[in-house]
Amino acid sequence: MMRAPVTLLPLQLEDVVFTVGDRRIIDGISVTLAAGTRSVIVGPNGAGKSVLLRLCHGLLRPTTGRVRWNTPEIAGAPRRQAMVFQRPVMLRRSALSNVSYALKVAGISAALREARAREALRTVGLEAHATLPARVLSGGEQQRLALARAWALQPEVLFLDEPTANLDPGATHEIERVIDAMHLAGTKIVMVTHNLGQARRMGDEILLLHQGRLAERSPVERFFKRPQSREATQFLEGELPW
Amino acid sequence: MTDLGAAASQAWALITAGDPTLQAIVLLSLRVSLLAVAIACVVGLPLGALLAVARFPGRRGTIVVLNALMGLPPVVVGLAVYLMLSRAGPLGSLGLLFTPAAMVIAQAILITPIIAGLARQVIEDAWGEYREQLRSFGETRLGAAMTLLWDVRFSLITLVLAGFGRAAAEVGAVMIVGGNIAGVTRVMTTAIALETSKGDLPLALGLGLVLLAIVLGLNAAAYMVNETAQRRFG
Repeated sequence: MMRAPVTLLPLQLEDVVFTVGDRRIIDGISVTLAAGTRSVIVGPNGAGKSVLLRLCHGLLRPTTGRVRWNTPEIAGAPRRQAMVFQRPVMLRRSALSNVSYALKVAGISAALREARAREALRTVGLEAHATLPARVLSGGEQQRLALARAWALQPEVLFLDEPTANLDPGATHEIERVIDAMHLAGTKIVMVTHNLGQARRMGDEILLLHQGRLAERSPVERFFKRPQSREATQFLEGELPW
Repeated sequence: MTDLGAAASQAWALITAGDPTLQAIVLLSLRVSLLAVAIACVVGLPLGALLAVARFPGRRGTIVVLNALMGLPPVVVGLAVYLMLSRAGPLGSLGLLFTPAAMVIAQAILITPIIAGLARQVIEDAWGEYREQLRSFGETRLGAAMTLLWDVRFSLITLVLAGFGRAAAEVGAVMIVGGNIAGVTRVMTTAIALETSKGDLPLALGLGLVLLAIVLGLNAAAYMVNETAQRRFG
């Protein structure tokens, strides 16, 4: 894929508010997400984690405030960011053509698609399932396929919304391995998780959301050892049994 | 009811002997209705898909009108097409009135709203599930409409057959615009109506049996395709 010369990152959120009716789901968040680090977003249920991710990815529009990429996305142009959802949506076609489809939408020429899709399936360990209908794969396999789709797109930024929430430890480990590989290949990782063990393993920095606000942002070590905010202390006390 | 028994056995004899009159009528019926369904699909499926994913002012009104058109009375469609194609009508110079082409036009008009309306519903449901993923890929609305059309293809089979059933079983519109001319525009339904009124029950009954068998067979096929596809593609 031809990379545009100017990078997408950093991503800047400027006083972003998102309301539904008179509920402020996101209540004034300003934050800058830079390349290189893996940013993990944690917080109690209803804190607005998933909504924040969708605002960043452009699936939702902020009620007020701005979501600004370093280079603005052009409507209709191939996207340089991807997202993996909690429940992957698979098209009724083979695993391989689910990946090819995403490449086609991204404007990759037909000649290159299959090789790249196969390479992505190999990366997530699904090459043996290439011709199987995607929807008959297990939950863990479907999530790996969703990651293969993201991998094939070679995005600058990958958003993940609790990608392992419904998976067993083995499948979770596989997913984390692929996310790590994408991180090492240079993709910026922004992940929401409610699994603090995962946040610790996968995060370089932790962003704690509380009632639609950014309560704390710290490097992972400090967040777990010496949290700076009252919200973080309480959150960790509530979540961690030790 | 020896009359009915006798008529039934004669009807069966007509079918099994491959009576040429009966065969010609059945073939014409299939040709007209299949062509009408094909046209209705080409127009109705993309229309339904676009209506499912597009957002524009007046969309709700359009959907209400489309749903209302699903219940179009065949005789009214027949009358409208008749007026268009009659010699004094705007398309009279084409000389299509009382030809199979006129019957195809009438049936296509009748079932296009059915196919479009049902497709809109099926695809809108799927769109709810796929929207975020497809938008995440950067898919356009037009692209999404076409993708969804393909992804719900097995559900669409049932819907297309519903359209075909409606077309093949309809009598009012083809009677008006076709004229029920023997050997030219006589189809199963118009023949049944005519033969019944003439008292030729064996032919009417024979045609009725064929019509039932076709509708039943198609629906069985659709059901099996759907079942197999569900198991295979999830």
